[in-house]
Amino acid sequence: MSALAPAAPRVIYRRPELLTDVSTRYCPGCGHGVVHRLVAEVLGELGLGPRTIAVAPVGCSVFAYEYLALDWCEAPHGRAPAVATGIRRVRPDAFVLTYQGDGDLAAIGTGEIIHAAARGELITAIFVNNGIYGMTGGQMAPTTLLGQRTTSSPTGRDARDAGYPVPMTEMLAVLPGVAFAGRGSTADPSSIGKTKSMIRKACEAQLHGDGFAIVEVLSNCPVGWGMTAPESIVHLRDVVTRTYPLGVLVDRTGRGRAQGPEAPDGTAPADADPAGASSSATPAAGSGDAAHAAKEA
Amino acid sequence: MTTAPVDTTAPASPTSPVAAPGEAPSFSLAGTPEFPRRVLMKGNEAIAEAAIQAGCDAYFGYPITPQAELLEWMARRMPEEGRTFIQAESELGAINMALGAAAAGARVLVSSSSPGISLMAEAMSYMAGSEVPMVLINVMRGGPGLGSIQPSQSDYFQAVKGHGHGDYRVPVLAPSSIGEAMELVATAFELAERYRTPAMILADGILGQAMEPVELRFRTPERVEAPWALTGADGRPPRVIRSLHLQPEDLEEHNLHLQEKYHAISEREVRWAGERLDDAELVVVAYGIAARVARTAVARARASGIRAGLFRPISLWPFPSEQLAELAGRVRGMLVVELSAGQMVEDVRLAVEGRVPVAFDGRTGGMVPSPDEVVEALRELDATGLSARRSRRARRRQPGPVSGAEHLHPHRPLPEAESGHEALSIFGDDAWMPLWYTVPVPTRHGHDGPGRGRRGPAGRAGGKR
Repeated sequence: MSALAPAAPRVIYRRPELLTDVSTRYCPGCGHGVVHRLVAEVLGELGLGPRTIAVAPVGCSVFAYEYLALDWCEAPHGRAPAVATGIRRVRPDAFVLTYQGDGDLAAIGTGEIIHAAARGELITAIFVNNGIYGMTGGQMAPTTLLGQRTTSSPTGRDARDAGYPVPMTEMLAVLPGVAFAGRGSTADPSSIGKTKSMIRKACEAQLHGDGFAIVEVLSNCPVGWGMTAPESIVHLRDVVTRTYPLGVLVDRTGRGRAQGPEAPDGTAPADADPAGASSSATPAAGSGDAAHAAKEA
Repeated sequence: MTTAPVDTTAPASPTSPVAAPGEAPSFSLAGTPEFPRRVLMKGNEAIAEAAIQAGCDAYFGYPITPQAELLEWMARRMPEEGRTFIQAESELGAINMALGAAAAGARVLVSSSSPGISLMAEAMSYMAGSEVPMVLINVMRGGPGLGSIQPSQSDYFQAVKGHGHGDYRVPVLAPSSIGEAMELVATAFELAERYRTPAMILADGILGQAMEPVELRFRTPERVEAPWALTGADGRPPRVIRSLHLQPEDLEEHNLHLQEKYHAISEREVRWAGERLDDAELVVVAYGIAARVARTAVARARASGIRAGLFRPISLWPFPSEQLAELAGRVRGMLVVELSAGQMVEDVRLAVEGRVPVAFDGRTGGMVPSPDEVVEALRELDATGLSARRSRRARRRQPGPVSGAEHLHPHRPLPEAESGHEALSIFGDDAWMPLWYTVPVPTRHGHDGPGRGRRGPAGRAGGKR
């Protein structure tokens, strides 16, 4: 035998097509890049790139439109779910995605996210929770952990002054309009893989007309947390997940849109006002025609 | 500056069947002997239907008095037309849904009243910055704060001087009658799409709540290409709708582009109307519902020997400054009448640059000045103006704006018995007639429609000379 013949090259890792070939502005060690990649991979695998209209938030990911090669609409701070609603209703064939941080979604935008979810809007929300306002220099967010020091909670978040961390995704999961809600993290390859499958599920929920879908992704902010990147990842894995446990919170996918006015998960209490139950459980569909047909049927 | 009086003579659009197959719509355009095309309609509902007939694809709103009927009309009619209606969770939700739908290329309408418009200010700034066309209707009520639910014109500053932050303007159109409001809805869509900008209709609680006979004449503006709209990056480079330009050089360039656009709008889109201006010595300047009162006042003043005329700005931005300046050169004084503590009066004074005394007469809080109040203010101005003319030399020595008597009546009771007319209508003697009958022709677009050249009994159309 002579020298070993070189094996045919096999691609095991490449930049997803929808991820643009630019350097991001994110700080070293930031988890946003991982989440961007997951979104790009899932949209690419589902062939959704040409159909997608995404809504960018205000916050660290305000420049998401530079990193994902999609049509993007910038939203005022917190208003992405309303903007996405408008897009989805007039473009029933589009795939509509919001990408929001925790200041955006869990503080200033609580009204918009709750009501988009309550209406069961056919949109998919990617909610990146790093427990801090990174863009503005590391102030306390509604998701900041108790005791966590930030520039606006310099002695640590004290529940007596600043209340408790807001479990936004758990709150949304109770709404019948929500087809899928889950929480993943970027702490390690295993979590990242599970997060990706949740994002995929959340996208499929929209495609199948199941309802509103949200994936919260716990991420790290080494600069805002005052840690090295490796320290922040350990903190994310061992500490943050104690306040925000990982996993699927609700999965009502597969119910579709044409199931009529029953509560989609069969949880409507028997003594509930039937009109109220039906109105909350049958949010107007993204396709106007389908919705009207259903109403008239 | 060219003048484009509002196009009131556009031919009626061909009536289109509005019913879904096999389903009668709740509103019919049919013009038959049994059901003439002239009907009595409530302002809010007429405006809503005008928007539907103008091709509005999506409406987003939130209940607030005195515009709730507009939302209710849309709730019923938009689904009938297979279009989008959402009652949002707040005005913030409504206006941002509009932002999204308009960014996706839809023709979008949002309506609210004063406190709700304040909430929408944020998104108006974003839409101006990211050049998203959309029409917003403000059916004004009294303020500040929760104020009252009665008619008011106290949001003039808010509408024409900017709602949100940043260097921007939006076209603002002020109808004086329900019929005119219907026409201006179509005009507002045209302006919004032609210039890629939000546009506003500034109405008030009377126009929203009153019923008037209107002709079911609608106009559907042509769709313009929207090569910027978000449709999904299918076979083309991605598009981004944004107002963020982090580099100062980029933002300045963007702002200069916006300013060029605003300059073009100022050049081309000034709209106004005048009555009895040819031989007028004193001119009442009023917009919207105040112009209806002023119009009656002008007629009564004429009857009592005062040669008065009416100048009615229709586009509040761009403001007809040049036309007012020209008018100032041949009258003795101007009286601005508003349902506010005095807002547009500032723009009138800026326009005439001290050439004539500019007096003000207004009521606030939902109160409406009576025609006789306005006549009284004209009489006072008459005296002031005469003395001002006598001391013209003195005025030259003291440059700067010359203001006449200020009239802001705090708690004057409604004049019940001052005149036999008052009990009839707060709109005045000739309220039945839409004001657009007296808009000067020809129009910029040169339409030669059925209304061309018609004049109301109030007589001479003034305006452009």
